[in-house]
Formats: sequence, C-alpha cells, structure tokens
Amino acid sequence: METSFALTGKGYVIVAADTTAARSIVKMQIDQDKIKELSPHLLMAYSGEPGDTVQFAEFVERNIRLYQIRNLYPLRPAAAASWIRRSLAESLRSRNPYSVNLLLGGYDTSSHTPNLYWIDYLGTVVEVPFAAHGYGSYFALSLLDRYHDPEASLEEGLANLKRCIDEVAKRLVVNPGKYKVKVVDKDGIREVEI
Amino acid sequence: MARRYDSRTTIFSPEGAYLTLSIKCPDLTRLSCTGRLYQIEYAMEAISHAGTVLGVLAKDGVVLAAEKRVTGKLLDLSSAKEGGGYGGSGEKMFLLNSNVIGGVAGITSDANSLVNYARTVAQQHLLQYNDDIPVELLAQRLCDMKQGYTQFGGLRPFGVSLLYAGYDPHYHFQLYHSDPSGNYSGWKATCIGANNGTAQSLLKQEYKDDLGVEEAIGLVLRVMSKTMDSTTLGSEKLEFAVLTYDQVAKAPKAKIYKPAEIDALLRAEGLAKKDEDTEMK
Repeated sequence: METSFALTGKGYVIVAADTTAARSIVKMQIDQDKIKELSPHLLMAYSGEPGDTVQFAEFVERNIRLYQIRNLYPLRPAAAASWIRRSLAESLRSRNPYSVNLLLGGYDTSSHTPNLYWIDYLGTVVEVPFAAHGYGSYFALSLLDRYHDPEASLEEGLANLKRCIDEVAKRLVVNPGKYKVKVVDKDGIREVEI
Repeated sequence: MARRYDSRTTIFSPEGAYLTLSIKCPDLTRLSCTGRLYQIEYAMEAISHAGTVLGVLAKDGVVLAAEKRVTGKLLDLSSAKEGGGYGGSGEKMFLLNSNVIGGVAGITSDANSLVNYARTVAQQHLLQYNDDIPVELLAQRLCDMKQGYTQFGGLRPFGVSLLYAGYDPHYHFQLYHSDPSGNYSGWKATCIGANNGTAQSLLKQEYKDDLGVEEAIGLVLRVMSKTMDSTTLGSEKLEFAVLTYDQVAKAPKAKIYKPAEIDALLRAEGLAKKDEDTEMK
C-alpha cells in the first residue's frame, strides 16, 4: 500500500512518498510525513511494517545526527548508506528483525553529486538513478525506465514524478491520494508542491 | 586499563629515563598543588630526546621526514629494503590507513601500541561506513585514549607524540600533532622530538602558504639536514614519506619511501653524502 519514489537529476534528488497511514480498510491519517531529514543534505523515505518503520527511521535519524554533532561534518550519502546497510544486516539475524524499506537520497557536498540508494529490509543496498518501493513500483519503474534523464532539470524531474504518481492513481486499486515531495540539492532540503 | 589501583606503578623518573618501582606511590592521577600533571611533563621530556619527526603541509600533499635512532651495521633491515608491504623500517613512519601516514617520536614500544590501535580504529570506521576515516577523527580517537591514560586506571601515559599526515574529501590535506596529554592541533608545518625548537624556527622562517609538494620535500630535507645529529643525510638515518592524491585513481596515495628511493631523492636535492673523489652532479 505504501508507495515511495525517488529520482536523481542534474544536481538534485527528488524523494516522494504517499501520506496515507492506513490500517485494514480505514485511512487513519492522510497527511503523514514518511520522509525523514537525516542531515542538511540527506533525505530518507521509509515504508514497511508499521511500528518498525518509525522506530528504525528515528534510530537512523538520531544516529546520523549524532555523528554530525560529534564530529566535524555530516556523513556523506555513501557512508550513511553503508552504515544503514550494516544496521539492517545486523538486525536481520537477530531475534526480531526490522522490516523496513528505505529510499536514501542525498547531495554529496564534497564531490558535488546527487546520490540515491534503494535499501530493502534484508540490507540490500544499490546505488541507482531512480527507485521505488511498494506496489506503485510496478508502474513507476517502467515509466522511469522510459522517461528518466539523469541530467534533467528540476522541472523535468518533477514532471517525470508527476507521471508516475498519475499512473499509480489510474491503475492501483487502492489509490494513495496525496504525496509529500521533497528535494535535496546543494542548497539543502526543501518541500515542493506537485 | 587497570581495574583497581596497584601499589606497583610504572612511572617516568624526572631525569627522563623510565623504571618500574614497586613502592606505595601516591595516586598517579592526583594533581599536585601547582595543578600540573608531572607524569605528562615527564613523558614529553622523554620524547624530546627521541628522533626528530618533521611534517610540512603543501597544497597538493603532505610531507613527513624522521630521523632514525636505531641504526647500525648489524641491524637486519632486509624486509625494509625490498619494501614487503608499506615501506619504512618500522621505527618512525607507519601507514595508519590508506589515507593517513603517522610519524612517531618517543618510546618505541608505546608507539607501536598506539599505531596498532590507530589502525584498528581506522578499520572499524571503514567497516561501519565503508569510507576512509577522516584524518581529524583518527587523531581524536587516539587522543581520547591517551587522555584516558592520564585520568583513569593509575597507569602511566604513553610516551609518544605523533604527527598525522592525511587526506580526506572534507578538508583535503591535513597535518596534526598529538602529545601524551591527549591534546592535538592542526599545523601547516611542525616538528617533534629532538631539536624540535630549532626545526620549528627554521620552518617558521621558510614556510610559505602556497608550497607545492615538490617544494615541501625540498624544505623538509633542508631543515632535516640542519637539525639532525649526523653530519650528512642518508637512507640509514632518514625515513621519508609523502601523502598525495592520485587524480586518476581518485584516491589518496600514501608513499613511505624505501631506502633506495630516499638515496635517490637526496641525490636529486643535492643533499646526499659526497664521495671523497667524485663530484656531485
């Protein structure tokens, strides 16, 4: 049910997630923010087992923030992805593994490039130009295969995102409705209206 | 670290040499009336008799040089000559991580222990974050440990000062110095060990902010030749290392010179030993 998308472009990463929190047939909340801001240039969309999601997402957020406060600068997206991967992999073989899928999007201020990582609950991490989690991924990935351009401007990127959202609305039985969209680039994080 | 206080404590004696005493010592860790931590001062005194280590920061690299004290005809340095590994004879210069070289001055066994700790810390960071440890962070970790030994456990401090020459993508080339108190600072050029005062003033006069790594090498060798105890420089008495950035591999490049390479470098700089009858080129 929970859908999230992300795509990279020229100097930015767009991360979008639906804002519905549902239990069985009832929508409990329709304006939930499922994208955590881990550091000034790092976004993380989460989905999966209710409870595990927020617990793990906050655990990651607090630890990444701690690193940044304790040390002199924030973790770069690649290093953050490695840390998250290790946490998930260690959780996997514990008594109660976290069942959380993530999309980690960030701007590396040292190399001046956008980075996007698809992470699943098994601790699989891949760096990708675009990604999606949930049933919506079945529609979004094919569209992005066709239309994605890694050098696209922000407007073109947002148009691509809108295409994915519209397709999911058209074809998925349980339409998520509203999405929260956040962009990260050299200037930091901001929310955009789609 | 000790779990309980001991009446047998290893201390530095004021003259700079160290002995083990089994006497009922007052708390090693209590401050004296003047508020000074004498053990740390004695440790620094021990270091001031050790072989010099000199470091200079250039805009495209960091250069380290050190004077070896353990030399002699009977010394078996065959592993160092072929370089089987990371270079250096294992006395002054050590590869701490692929992006950091450490130069040590002080008690060699203490230094070896710290170098091993630094290497472990760097690898732990690599395991967690799949990323080379930032240079300052490595210096901090070592300093946190050294500070612990000045406050807990009733153990003596490490009698070692280190120079860390490193590169990371955040602050690029850096040079740090840490001492037995657990204090560290960043430098453009600095010196530890014997004659460090002389070397430091020479560096102050001659250092320029825009030095390239080649000029830095020249500066380091000139200052070393003026401060070292021996009359001429040679690979038996000198250890040398340079840290640069390989633009092709997009990674820092740490090079600890082999003895043959040091001799070649000295000849190129015109500082090598002259033969009696032949002229320098």
